[in-house]
Amino acid sequence: MPVLETVAEVLADNGLITAFAFVGLVVWLSYLVANRLTDGRIHGSAIAILVGLVLAWVGGVVTGGTRGLADIEILAGVGILGGAMIRDFAIVATAFGVNFDEIRRAGIGAVLSLLVGVFGSFAVGGAVAYAFGYTDAVSITTIGAGAATYIVGPVTGTAIGASSDVIALSIAAGLVKSMLVMIGTPFVARAIHLDNPRSAMIFGGLMGTTSGVAGGLAATDPRLVPYGAMTATFYTGLGALLGPSVFYFAVRAVFG
Amino acid sequence: MVIYGVALLAGCLLAGVFLGELLGQLLGVSANVGGVGIAMLLLIFASDWLKRKGRLKPVTEQGVLFWSSIYIPVVVAMAAGQNVVAALEGGLAAFLAGALAVVVCLPLVPALSRIGGPPAPLPGSGTGEDD
Repeated sequence: MPVLETVAEVLADNGLITAFAFVGLVVWLSYLVANRLTDGRIHGSAIAILVGLVLAWVGGVVTGGTRGLADIEILAGVGILGGAMIRDFAIVATAFGVNFDEIRRAGIGAVLSLLVGVFGSFAVGGAVAYAFGYTDAVSITTIGAGAATYIVGPVTGTAIGASSDVIALSIAAGLVKSMLVMIGTPFVARAIHLDNPRSAMIFGGLMGTTSGVAGGLAATDPRLVPYGAMTATFYTGLGALLGPSVFYFAVRAVFG
Repeated sequence: MVIYGVALLAGCLLAGVFLGELLGQLLGVSANVGGVGIAMLLLIFASDWLKRKGRLKPVTEQGVLFWSSIYIPVVVAMAAGQNVVAALEGGLAAFLAGALAVVVCLPLVPALSRIGGPPAPLPGSGTGEDD
């Protein structure tokens, strides 16, 4: 039908604008569900992020692509709106008006959380790899690095010459982590006292996945976002630094 | 003018990402090291300095606050662009590696938060959002 074709053409030609309208609709419906069906117990943004992930799954199944909903032609703008450029721009904006004294006071704890977070994730991921029958140092290191973030995994794997299926596995591990943090954070926030700038910074350092932390904190309390995001953005760099060097040498010393 | 706020934000992000790239090259890492975090610190210092000089007008702040309040929709779009299919296809090994990394690290949040004395409470909402 020519009318539908014209509609699709307009939507595709104005990708970013379509994304604004589409995401606005998703957020509106999510807040409606949050307020009417859960009586506000689950934050609207938590539902919106979950809906986003479900739509990403639908997009991936329908198109067979790797960019979720953004692989559907008329919704390609969602990839721009949610891409690294705009995301980082908005993350930096959240720092406007934050309490710098609190960031300084959290200093040592935040650095420690980064180190513990990278080492901890790496050790856990490596142990899981070993339990699943990967006994060579390159594979154990790469999958361990993937448990840090889905960027540390392939960066490390490429540097030490891992096979493509192991690199794919490391990316999958990082994606699982990111999504789990996005969805799960609001539910564990109270138990881990995630209600002040300090604990948000520690949380960002321990989890490290910028997208996971950004989404998880937004769904918990948007005021926590700048603090968590600040430390989380150092995590991937630290992981990419330690993965192919310290971690690889340590694993190679044990497994040969 | 609103554009001054947006330009300030853009300048901070570009400078931060540049410094992050530089730091990565110095360390010999093929990744940006903390570029966004550095940009956030630059914005905090720059806006504080401008405020004390009386050069940060409310209308200029609007340019930053808009992007701060558009943050959640951007995160929703980010979620919608994730490779969820690949995460699910990674199987049990990928699931356990990712999930256990979260489960092991989460309980450490309260422990590490105690370093440096009692934390300050959250300030009021800095964004223009109503909730």
